[in-house]
Amino acid sequence: MKADIKRTASRFRHTIGKYKVLRGTQCKSCAGCVVTCPYGVHFKAGTRMGMPKDYLCVGPDVCQSKGTLCVEKCPNQALSVALNPQIKALGDFRWTAELLMSTWHQAETGELPIVDMEYRLGNSGGGFDKMRFRFPEKLEREIPADEIDTSIELNKRGDNAHRITIPIPVYQGGMSFGSVSNSTMVSRAAAAKRWGTFGCTGEGGYPEFLHPYDDFMITQVATGLFGVKEETIQRVRIIEFKYAQGAKPGLGGHLLGDKVTEAVAKMREAVKGSALFSPFPFHSVYSVEDHKKHVDWIKAMNPKALVSVKVSTPADVDMVAIGSYYAGAHIVHLDGSYGGTGAAPDIAKKNIAMPIEYAIPKVHQFLLEEGVRDKVTLIASGGIRTAHDIMKAIALGADGVVEGTAGMVALECTRCSSCESGRGCPRGIATTDPELAEFVKVDWGAQRIYNLYASWRKQMVNILQQFGMRSIREMVGRTDCLRHLDYN
Amino acid sequence: MPKKYHIKATPAAPRFIPVGRSGIIDWEEDCLKCTTCVKKRCLYDVYKNRSYDSRTMVDSIDHQCKNCFSCIQNCPRGVLSKTINPEFLKMGDAYWKPDIIHGTWFQAETGKIPVSGAGYRGPFSGPGFDAMWTDMSEIVRPTRDGIHGREYISTGIDVGRKQHHLEFDGTGAARLEMFPLVEIPIPVIFNVLPFGSLGKGITLSMAGAARRIGTLMYVTPETYDETLKPFKAQLIPLLPAEELDLEADILKGVKMVELFYAPNVWERVQQLKERHPQLVVSVRIPLNPEAKAITADLARAGAEVIHLFADYRGNEFVDGDSPRFVKDVMRDIHTHLVDEAIRDEVTLLTSGGIALAEHLPKALICGADGAAIDLPLLIALECRVCKRCVAGKSCPVELNNLDPKYGRQRLVNLMCSWWSQLIEMMGAMGIRDVRRVRGEAGRAMFFEDLERDTFGAIFGGRQ
Repeated sequence: MKADIKRTASRFRHTIGKYKVLRGTQCKSCAGCVVTCPYGVHFKAGTRMGMPKDYLCVGPDVCQSKGTLCVEKCPNQALSVALNPQIKALGDFRWTAELLMSTWHQAETGELPIVDMEYRLGNSGGGFDKMRFRFPEKLEREIPADEIDTSIELNKRGDNAHRITIPIPVYQGGMSFGSVSNSTMVSRAAAAKRWGTFGCTGEGGYPEFLHPYDDFMITQVATGLFGVKEETIQRVRIIEFKYAQGAKPGLGGHLLGDKVTEAVAKMREAVKGSALFSPFPFHSVYSVEDHKKHVDWIKAMNPKALVSVKVSTPADVDMVAIGSYYAGAHIVHLDGSYGGTGAAPDIAKKNIAMPIEYAIPKVHQFLLEEGVRDKVTLIASGGIRTAHDIMKAIALGADGVVEGTAGMVALECTRCSSCESGRGCPRGIATTDPELAEFVKVDWGAQRIYNLYASWRKQMVNILQQFGMRSIREMVGRTDCLRHLDYN
Repeated sequence: MPKKYHIKATPAAPRFIPVGRSGIIDWEEDCLKCTTCVKKRCLYDVYKNRSYDSRTMVDSIDHQCKNCFSCIQNCPRGVLSKTINPEFLKMGDAYWKPDIIHGTWFQAETGKIPVSGAGYRGPFSGPGFDAMWTDMSEIVRPTRDGIHGREYISTGIDVGRKQHHLEFDGTGAARLEMFPLVEIPIPVIFNVLPFGSLGKGITLSMAGAARRIGTLMYVTPETYDETLKPFKAQLIPLLPAEELDLEADILKGVKMVELFYAPNVWERVQQLKERHPQLVVSVRIPLNPEAKAITADLARAGAEVIHLFADYRGNEFVDGDSPRFVKDVMRDIHTHLVDEAIRDEVTLLTSGGIALAEHLPKALICGADGAAIDLPLLIALECRVCKRCVAGKSCPVELNNLDPKYGRQRLVNLMCSWWSQLIEMMGAMGIRDVRRVRGEAGRAMFFEDLERDTFGAIFGGRQ
């Protein structure tokens, strides 16, 4: 599979980089640095020098050793370079500044950054961030990259429902109409379609502008049942029941009255300006038998649809998973407690339910013991940030993952967490403000997300090559491929 | 059905500009003075509303900035720069972190649950209360929908001794005399503050808030005076066991008394009960390696309430570098009382290190019936935990000069937020009565257990 990567630069005047390059007033615009720097940091704008594109700078250490250090070569001592002090204010334990910047780079270029940045791990001090691959020392022969298969099967039950294979072990998490801008929704859907994988409507209804992507959309049936109609159920190939969300497990949702605009109200079949509650749980489901009734109801309307059950990670998540399987689910989707959201109580994000790193092996092992593991597609989400996280999740026992936040970061989200503040997201992502939403152009957004997936796929192929595996399916449950720094 | 308990929040803006996390540095000298200044386009009007408080040396920009980086990335000459406000990082200490202080201010101002977008930003796990997660229920177990009022979740507890079983006299009639109980609608009591520039305003704020939300507060004989008389029903006098005056004025009109532990404390408790049988009498025991045996002995002897207190960072009082954390000590003591079959008779309170709303249900899960809180109250009143007062210096937010009405509202707001968060967590756990949260370790997941059961099985022994 050859990816159609196109360089898609930041919308901002300045991209934040690891290094800061300053040009002093001593500069005589001789353009010597343009020649010196092989990375394109320096350029001439008319007769004068442009402001350095310092996000491309690989840092003084690399240049020193290569003899390409602009600071030293400048005849007028006009240049200086240092670590960018601003990045201290960027990022957090889970998404460090370097992880954000390297994800931006992948979204821009479809390649890993050449700047020395940690693109594989966050700094959370546990889970994926403490796991490393245990690569074999040497292989008998290397499998060519183009022979490696990264596709996964979404219907492993082998029943009458659609047979769906997606070429990468990734599809997208639900983000509702109204929680993100329309252009963001379409960008994501378009990227999913180009990859032949799936986007997801979230629980806020199925807007008409997503029609061109019907074959690559999942529609969600969540506890509020907003916008769920027979027609929307029949439109898609995969239906997702959202029982819970990792960021707010066990809690309902609350859409404030002033967010319920004319369009949102129409979509959700509600009244403009009046607050909407998504209760928790489904008040019609208090047992696996009740859940089965739900699945039957979907199958009556759309017999060929795959059914996915999205659940959070309680202590008995293994019971939930097996129950979901016996009720007819094709996909069991575990959303770990560190998952994303447009708005959730901080107390819930931090404290309720277990991180995905524990839930995956627990469920995988239990399904194996119950003898049904090969009949279920196990999907993990909630804290999957990088290609390395994906591979670790699969090695722990998942078949594939769902991505949400990483795609937002591809659209230049800084994870400032103010999705709900003021008029909405300053980057035009999580907003219904038409002026702000203008900021995300569909072609730009779709290409950025597309590029990120392309870069991820290359890394996944590379990891499989190092393990001598032909298919990502061989990696499922191969915990022997991992080690954990806290364990012997 | 009795009237539903509710705490009413009313916004109470800070008196001083709060210290914020995010700093913007503005190099005016290189500015192009361009007409499309990015500062004008700030979504949050941070620059427009900018102000500076020369008394406390705080720039409002640090508090208001949402860290979106938009101005930084769009300024034509790149003259704007960002960093973390060093004053923010200086607040508090290793346990009372700047984020805790900042979040408490927000809750005291608004009474709202802190809500934000994007996923969790913190470390995977951590020491103390961060090494446990609470459970949630789905499909195979019901949750409780408390926060939206569909189901009533009770947060009330009874403080006092409970009968283990019904007793009958010689004629076969049931003995129906009960031990006195104090019922409080929220499992939180206001503790004596560990430090602070403590003026009358703070004490009256606490007393007013305790009355408003229906809970109790501790008071020492030194702070007790005429002004607290109207709040008698809220007060728990905290007295030394040695020099106990059974006729002291402070004992009149209160429902509960607490004695500091001393070897003869049980004798004193009995004297007090004899003279004032309607009083619930509690014993305050420092959490240390002896606390377990003392607690069990007192519980067996008939103690009504035992209050186990850790230091203000939640550590037990021991010499050496590795004190146990309150959660672990409480679990140990609770489990011991369960094994001894005397847990249900006695009320256990805990204090020390309860810094966030989530610590409350976690402390209960570890075995406490209720918790006493201290520093969060002071922080709600704008304290920055700078501890200047400890060194005898002036308070930057003038806590010694606090209007009790204003202070009361800040504390009520904080409790409103904590109460809402308690209900959120109980709802997710599927528990409708906070009395059932006590000791319910089955509705929690502990770091060490999860690591052992999942990663231990995969990766072998932990280093």
